[in-house]
Amino acid sequence: MTERIPGFSTLAIHAGAQPDPTTGARATPIYQTTSFVFDDVDHAAALFGLQTFGNIYSRIGNPTNAVLEERIAALEGGTAGLGVASGHAAQVIVMQALLQPGDEFIASRKLYGGSINQFNHAFKSFGWNVVWADPDDLSSFEKGVSAKTRAIFIESIANPGGIITDIEAVAKVAKKAGVPLIVDNTLATPYLCKPIDFGADIVVHSLTKFLGGHGNSIGGMVVDGGTFNWSREKGRYPMLSEPRPEYNGMVLHETFGNFAFAIACRVLGLRDLGPALSPFNAFLILTGVETLPLRMRRHCDNALAVAQWLAQHGKVAWVSYAGLPSDRYHALAKKYCPQGAGAVLTFGLKGGYDAGVKLVSSVKLFSHLANIGDTRSLIIHPASTTHRQLSDQQKVQAGAGPDVVRLSIGLEDKDDLIADLEQGLAA
Amino acid sequence: MGRALAAAMNHDSYSDDYIRGILNTVKTIAMVGISPKDNRPSYLAFKYLLDRGYDMIPVNPGQAGGEILGQKVYAKLADIPEPVDMVDIFRASQYVPAIVEEALTLTPRPQVIWMQLTVRNNEAAAKAEAAGLKVVMNRCPKIEYGRLSSEISWMGVNSRTLTSKRAQLFGRGIQRMSLNRSTTSGGTTEATDRAQKADSGQ
Repeated sequence: MTERIPGFSTLAIHAGAQPDPTTGARATPIYQTTSFVFDDVDHAAALFGLQTFGNIYSRIGNPTNAVLEERIAALEGGTAGLGVASGHAAQVIVMQALLQPGDEFIASRKLYGGSINQFNHAFKSFGWNVVWADPDDLSSFEKGVSAKTRAIFIESIANPGGIITDIEAVAKVAKKAGVPLIVDNTLATPYLCKPIDFGADIVVHSLTKFLGGHGNSIGGMVVDGGTFNWSREKGRYPMLSEPRPEYNGMVLHETFGNFAFAIACRVLGLRDLGPALSPFNAFLILTGVETLPLRMRRHCDNALAVAQWLAQHGKVAWVSYAGLPSDRYHALAKKYCPQGAGAVLTFGLKGGYDAGVKLVSSVKLFSHLANIGDTRSLIIHPASTTHRQLSDQQKVQAGAGPDVVRLSIGLEDKDDLIADLEQGLAA
Repeated sequence: MGRALAAAMNHDSYSDDYIRGILNTVKTIAMVGISPKDNRPSYLAFKYLLDRGYDMIPVNPGQAGGEILGQKVYAKLADIPEPVDMVDIFRASQYVPAIVEEALTLTPRPQVIWMQLTVRNNEAAAKAEAAGLKVVMNRCPKIEYGRLSSEISWMGVNSRTLTSKRAQLFGRGIQRMSLNRSTTSGGTTEATDRAQKADSGQ
């Protein structure tokens, strides 16, 4: 007897979804409701006590969101997902489940600028202290480990620099330290890279980017890999391993096993902190996910063509795109995202800051805005926008120096994109 | 591209058909080692299965003569005055052989020995299988029911099933689903299986 394991494209369309049990609707309905009626008083009590599966209130769970959660979990090879209002919210929910005030987490310093801000400022105000490490120097992760370390955080493909992190090597450091490895997989999506296969314990996403893919909805996702033993060291992760006063002394890890982390994020984090995902956004993102494999293929093909063209242009000093064989991260890209290095790339203009400002003003198809992962091609000058709040040193460390321009390559005809850049650089 | 998965009875993985077949066949389940405390996993699984229409019988010598969730508690399997279809073991792995021995002396014999999450005893399993019983180890019937009925999908859990067929309501209330659902395999969770195996030193 054999069972077929479905492929990625099949999961991208079917995982988590089924015809609606009451109406037979085939597309996932938008359950635009705040609340759900209880069958009776006992049923209500069982739901509130986590004794049965079901819906109470859309801040805690919603059937449209649940389809998206299961789908992303399936695509990542994880045990469960939790949809939240944004990628930033996903990071808050994850860290709140792992850290107590005074605890530390190690993070790669090559991150999305918004994450660097969140970790340096907002998280510090909660007493969650970031210790920065350098993805190009793996020993810096080991050096960062202390008795207070509770997690390690990296991006699979870092934004904006095109850095590919050696996930497996960092996972070894995390394992040795007895802490979970969290990977932000936003730029790669599970189509290009599946971090859990390389030792990640938790994956977070901004769904806003390639997963949604159409630039129309903000959303975030937490995926539980089901790989971390929360009870190994007593008291280290009290949200998971200790009796919870919020739930009558229930211990979440022993009750929910390998999806306990996702449940903790939902019933302690999302319930109490509140950054819920709108069901309408979940619906739009779900529609995007159905075509993820087709879109990522095209995104990567277009990005490689643009990167190759830029690399030979006289006004361009350098191109950072791991899909180029000459790139310093090409070998890591071959290992972690063999189907393509994503569609976000940076390049340096010989003309520096002023040339960057001029280019973003001159393009006619590329949109000048602060997002990535749209059907449309996007352009930004990070030093004057997304990374503006960082110090000059932090800007350079994050791959967002004054000469840097970031592109997010869309799904247009690649010759039109190249022509637009050509006229923009000539202007 | 999809691929084929060999589904031999190796007790590391079970086919959905195997588990669904068991949960669709058994009616009376004796839960050995149930706790009377309402925040313990055994109590929660007992209550859930009771709500899904199974005849649940609590077995716990410390609670014998009393009641848990309205059901009379017995000290041991042999004390139960009616046939038991499935014995669900909520005890640590080292206590499993004695419970299986006892189960095999019952007349009629149970059809299924089920060991809870983290509970596994290969020797006892082999013995039960040699006697013609079906065995499930290291699984929770509540989670498996939730998974195969699709109820667990409401919690964003990867049910590892796909279907183009409508799920069926259980018939008692709205947020209860039946096991009568046609599915094929969905996304796998191999990393968690590997981690759990490494963790238990197997």
